[in-house]
Amino acid sequence: MSNVGDKLLFDLTPTPEQQLMRETVRRFVQREMTAKQVRAADEAGQEPAGFYDHVLELGFGLVAIPEDLGGLGFARSPVGNTLLAEDLAYGDMALAIGSLASLSFTNAVLDQGSLELQSQVLPAFTGETSRFGALALQEPGLGSRPAQPQMRARRDGANYALSGVKCMVPLVDRAEWFLVSALCEDGSLGAFVVPSDADGVSLQRSAYMGLRPLALGEVSLTNVQVPAGYVLGTAEQPFALDRLLALSRIGLAAVTVGTCQALLDYVKDYCNDRVAFGEPITNRQSVAFMIADIAIELDGLRLLTYRAASRAEQGLPFVREAFLAKLQAGEKGMAMGSDGVQLLGGHGFIRDHMVELYYRNLRSIAVLEGALCV
Amino acid sequence: MINLELPKHLEDLQALMRAVAKDVLRPISRKYDKQEHAVPSELSVLDQRKTQEAASPAKEKPQVGLREVRNGRAMGSVVTVQELSWGDVGLMLSVPGSGLGNAAIAAAGSEEQKARFAGAYAAMAITEPAAGSDSANIGTTAVLDGAEWVLNGEKIFVTAGGRCDHVVVWATVDKSKGKAAIKSFVVPVGTPGMEVVGLEHKLGIRASDTATILLRDCRVPQGNLLGSDQVMDGDKRAAFGKVMQTFDNTRPTVGAMAIGCARAALDLTYELVGDAGSPTYDGPLWQMSALAAELLRMEADWEAARLLVLRAAFMADNGQPNSLEASMAKAKAGRVGNHITLRCVELCGALGYSEETLLEKFSRDSKILDIFEGTQQIQQLIVARRLLNKSSAELK
Repeated sequence: MSNVGDKLLFDLTPTPEQQLMRETVRRFVQREMTAKQVRAADEAGQEPAGFYDHVLELGFGLVAIPEDLGGLGFARSPVGNTLLAEDLAYGDMALAIGSLASLSFTNAVLDQGSLELQSQVLPAFTGETSRFGALALQEPGLGSRPAQPQMRARRDGANYALSGVKCMVPLVDRAEWFLVSALCEDGSLGAFVVPSDADGVSLQRSAYMGLRPLALGEVSLTNVQVPAGYVLGTAEQPFALDRLLALSRIGLAAVTVGTCQALLDYVKDYCNDRVAFGEPITNRQSVAFMIADIAIELDGLRLLTYRAASRAEQGLPFVREAFLAKLQAGEKGMAMGSDGVQLLGGHGFIRDHMVELYYRNLRSIAVLEGALCV
Repeated sequence: MINLELPKHLEDLQALMRAVAKDVLRPISRKYDKQEHAVPSELSVLDQRKTQEAASPAKEKPQVGLREVRNGRAMGSVVTVQELSWGDVGLMLSVPGSGLGNAAIAAAGSEEQKARFAGAYAAMAITEPAAGSDSANIGTTAVLDGAEWVLNGEKIFVTAGGRCDHVVVWATVDKSKGKAAIKSFVVPVGTPGMEVVGLEHKLGIRASDTATILLRDCRVPQGNLLGSDQVMDGDKRAAFGKVMQTFDNTRPTVGAMAIGCARAALDLTYELVGDAGSPTYDGPLWQMSALAAELLRMEADWEAARLLVLRAAFMADNGQPNSLEASMAKAKAGRVGNHITLRCVELCGALGYSEETLLEKFSRDSKILDIFEGTQQIQQLIVARRLLNKSSAELK
């Protein structure tokens, strides 16, 4: 990670490489994530056929993996990943999080994993077939707090033995590895790479009000043996769970930005076309001002999210900024989702329109922790 | 490259202005809230005409066409205004030499006019008893008589109108032509026919004077009309737009006032509530104290507003049209500033409501920031028309 110091100017311009990536992703979204495809995926609770193979062709998974492990060896860019999450979520939040599940897993390993762990885990993600990993940081139970996991890790010879339950884990139907946060006996926090086929792992898909194609589910571990090296952090740089959670909060704020941009564009068009009392309903302030407020709050959220990402990229403290971005994403994002349905009236309540899907998906943001990592 | 931190030169400016706010403005904040209409003589040390060189970033030349990113005058201005407003908004508005009319001269004046009025302390006179937000409907008239414009009308809510040395007066040169005929005129204080006839008694920003000005056959040289005197029939929007462009610069600045005022309220609240307000950055809000949760919500809103203001200024510095973004910034900062200052009074209970602290004052001062330079509703109207591609006839 580059620590570029204090000479940078305030700037909202993406780099030429980021701009190029954005254009590529936007074309992909137009092609692979049309309203029809997204709607069908939501109804089926399943991504469109071959979707993740097409995602793989975009190649973003390779960018930050070191060359000697089969990647392209560029510096991991939280800002670039944030733009990627935003642009994919413009198509669909669930498919965006699914598309970024493996990248989130590899990002976390790149950010805090030892070189040895990287060399064991990352090469699998550089091949020509889709492989899946996912972060498992969230736990069920009304009192759960992500920074105080109930999952327990006990030292057992050369291994750790993990027991506990994670929930809202993406792609439980296919992930081969989970990154599981746990409390160790000595009171420290750890994150462990757990193969999904290990003894004692039990997977259960859950049904949620939204994010239906994402195959969210529970990962239950009963005395699962994990090699001692399969853990994030090094002697020089101990694992920091707050850092991992903060990187995930930036990702969740970014998918909120993308979803709400899609929502804004949808309601703008619909309300401009919708005629009542002899003129478009956008000729009325009560309608027009709601749309203006969506645009204002969305841009505020976008800037909060970019700031957190750029601080992470520059090596500046960013836990606070990431928390504030996700806080606004959860609260303002849901308000935008609710206004989106409201603006379409009764039609907004019908599943023919995208706004009810945005509404259901946006409710997840205040609830989710750790599904993404930029 | 995306970076939303202030560069070193603006951080330095910010620190300097915070020190000025703390040492010069804050100590006399309550005094001039109580002594409405007294001239805050302590501010003469901040006279813009004396301190401009020291306070503003290095002189820049326009670099249109270059792709280099700039963090220049507009960003420096919002940083300065935010910090001085942290000290006291009313006093910030009373710093000699920095009137809204100066922004109008900078935005609409010719090079010759900018040179001639350099060093002026210019107030801005737009509002009339019967025309507030509806500034296209003003009734003050300007009639050309020989080589002089003759102005007649009544102006209200003129900030610094009693203390400035010039007033930029908006008037119509032909009432039948509507917006296109509205022009602005620089009137030196002391010109026969212009008279301050009263000062308002206000809810807040009492340190700042708000004048009523009468113009009766007030004559100014023909060359004091800012910009072109042509009344274009064909493109009314463009002609009026030129005058309105002043607001693209001043709206982010008013947003910066709201942010500065809200920051003052937040900082004081943290001082008063002590450890009870300490944030944790973990988990859902409902597992924190209601106080800590509310402070975090306000921090998030405050930060979003601040970044919207900086964006609008950044765009101005880089020659990008920013009317939409300026209105977004003003809308968000205006309402957030008002909300935060009022909530801080509530959070601190009787102490917040009392004149023992400045919280109650911040909550009175902040209200105007969601009103002047275009109310919240006017900003929403501008944003909505732009987004939805509506004319003012369609979306009224």
